[in-house]
Amino acid sequence: MSQQTPERAWGYAAEFTTPAAITAAAKQVASAGYRWWDCHTPFPVHGLDTAMGVKPTILPIIVFFGGLTGTMLAAFLQVFTNSLQVDLWAIVPVIGYQFEVSGKPLISGPAFIPVLFELTVLLSALTTVGAMLLLNGLPRLYHPVLKSPKLARITDDRFFLVIESRDPEFADKKTLAFLESLDPVSVVELES
Amino acid sequence: MTTMPVDNTTEDPRHRSPLVLGHVEFGTVTEEICRVNEAPKPPKAWYVSLVISALAAGMLLVMIGYLILTGVGVWGNNNPVMWGFPIVNFVFWVGIGHAGTLISAILFLFRQKWRTSINRFAEAMTIFAVICAGTFPGIHIGRVWLAYWLFPIPNQMDLWPQFRSPLLWDVFAVGTYFTVSLIFWYIGMVPDLATLRDRSNTKIKAVAYGIFALGWRGSMRHWHRYERAYLLLAALATPLVLSVHSVVSFDFAVSQLPGWHTTIFPPYFVAGAIFSGFAMVMTLAIPAREIWGLKNFITMRHLENMNKIILVTGTMVGYAYGTEFFIAWYSGELYEKFAFVNRAFGQYAWAYWIMVSCNVAIPQLFWFKKVRTSIWIMFIVSLLVNVGMWFERFVIVVTSLAQDFLPSSWGYFTPTWVDVCTFIGSFGLFMTLFLLFIRYLPVLAISEIKGVMPAADPHAEHHEPADALGEEVQE
Repeated sequence: MSQQTPERAWGYAAEFTTPAAITAAAKQVASAGYRWWDCHTPFPVHGLDTAMGVKPTILPIIVFFGGLTGTMLAAFLQVFTNSLQVDLWAIVPVIGYQFEVSGKPLISGPAFIPVLFELTVLLSALTTVGAMLLLNGLPRLYHPVLKSPKLARITDDRFFLVIESRDPEFADKKTLAFLESLDPVSVVELES
Repeated sequence: MTTMPVDNTTEDPRHRSPLVLGHVEFGTVTEEICRVNEAPKPPKAWYVSLVISALAAGMLLVMIGYLILTGVGVWGNNNPVMWGFPIVNFVFWVGIGHAGTLISAILFLFRQKWRTSINRFAEAMTIFAVICAGTFPGIHIGRVWLAYWLFPIPNQMDLWPQFRSPLLWDVFAVGTYFTVSLIFWYIGMVPDLATLRDRSNTKIKAVAYGIFALGWRGSMRHWHRYERAYLLLAALATPLVLSVHSVVSFDFAVSQLPGWHTTIFPPYFVAGAIFSGFAMVMTLAIPAREIWGLKNFITMRHLENMNKIILVTGTMVGYAYGTEFFIAWYSGELYEKFAFVNRAFGQYAWAYWIMVSCNVAIPQLFWFKKVRTSIWIMFIVSLLVNVGMWFERFVIVVTSLAQDFLPSSWGYFTPTWVDVCTFIGSFGLFMTLFLLFIRYLPVLAISEIKGVMPAADPHAEHHEPADALGEEVQE
């Protein structure tokens, strides 16, 4: 599979058949000092992220602020529309309303809780998905890994370890030999 | 199609029963599940049921059109029973919609790995049930063209909706539930859509699945954030599941009608919702696994586990029925006492006893393992539970409204043919969406199923392959 081409490859992909094999290989690649590399697997392999040295994501912190925004939004919405007589200007004039119903207090704490809760959950959930995709750089409709037909088995039953050529440690022949030494089933050259 | 070689319902503490039968390799799992989508022609049963469902869904549209053009007088709703069928059906469908997110969120947090085989289509069922549920309050408001008054938008007098009303909480609860369930379902499906994309044999399929797969390439750095996001969504959806039917029950409990004004309603509604949701999952799963040959994934163990949940929640519902009566008597409140005696022995006694026998008595059969593992009996029980839970909502809505405080304002509710056809039509809509889902989307969570196979353990290599009982290697 692997032969020299005049143009520099985008990277090399080593193919493995078991989660154990790719985990062992990932540990070696991480200790060899590579930075622009990744593992592609059909399902999240338990412990592979730690073997690769992936740092914990900041997603939960982003989600916390997303949820907080939801709570504030709900509090503002309810107080503005039911408790206060203030005017806002948002494209069209919007007028708050003091909604008095059967002698209930204008700011009815307990009655406002369900909507506070629901909007907190709603905004947290939307933030979770949005931020996860954003951090992952998705949606992305083209990627060199998706181009090679051999790598289509990533979503089926094969495990691929990819080292990109932009890695400072990347040296065509040396990296190729290094990947071969990890005992893969095959090594595939990736075009950009 | 392999028949079951192993009985995986045994409770031998020395072995962990396998969740996937007949497969030791990942590739064959992909193959077998994708066959549902990739077979050149779906089974005949699919065509037949799709035609019937689509006709019924068409009937729903005709009925809604007739209603809008004529007015709510075409329904049996009257004074005093203003709520009638639309609200009964709304609560029924929202209840059904609880199992999906329960399976995907709560069972996920409890690390119940057996959920992987059933979560995808239980979630799909949730979404379609909530769509059906949302239809009913929308058309029940009478002037359908003013349905946007449900949302916080000021009307022509600059008047906003009233946030102290449970009916408005409902809009937020059901709306949030639908949105969160939808993104939970979709995000869970992205890796499997990528599988279908990579296996597609035509350009159209590759593009269609490709767009929705968002360019997923199974990167471990992506999986890391993805798993964290999934965990966060599960943690968010768990209180959400419990809140939705609680808020629906506030529609009743916050009013002052005898039979409705009780504090037991939120937990009682939630238990009933999970109960009916699981019954609907069973009703759909049993034929689906037969027709599409998914018995290696939805095994007898999965069905038995769901039957156990039906038994537990059914018993909780029965306990709630008893508590309601006790409190009615213990309160010494004249109207409350009357409301309950009237439920059991009044003009709607027939509905009450259908409810009690279907929801409390019949699920007790599941104490016996023979019953829990018998396909036909569990299928019939699941159908009866669906019937019983519809009648529960009927009993709650109609009996309390028909006869409340003043005998002079008592009445009787009889549904019209439009009521009945609209209700049947909602099943048509539900089934049409569900059948299209089975054919065109990954019906089981392929990547998750691979993750619970013994071969997925990165330490598995140093051990013998899984034995006949599929013992999982402990770390």
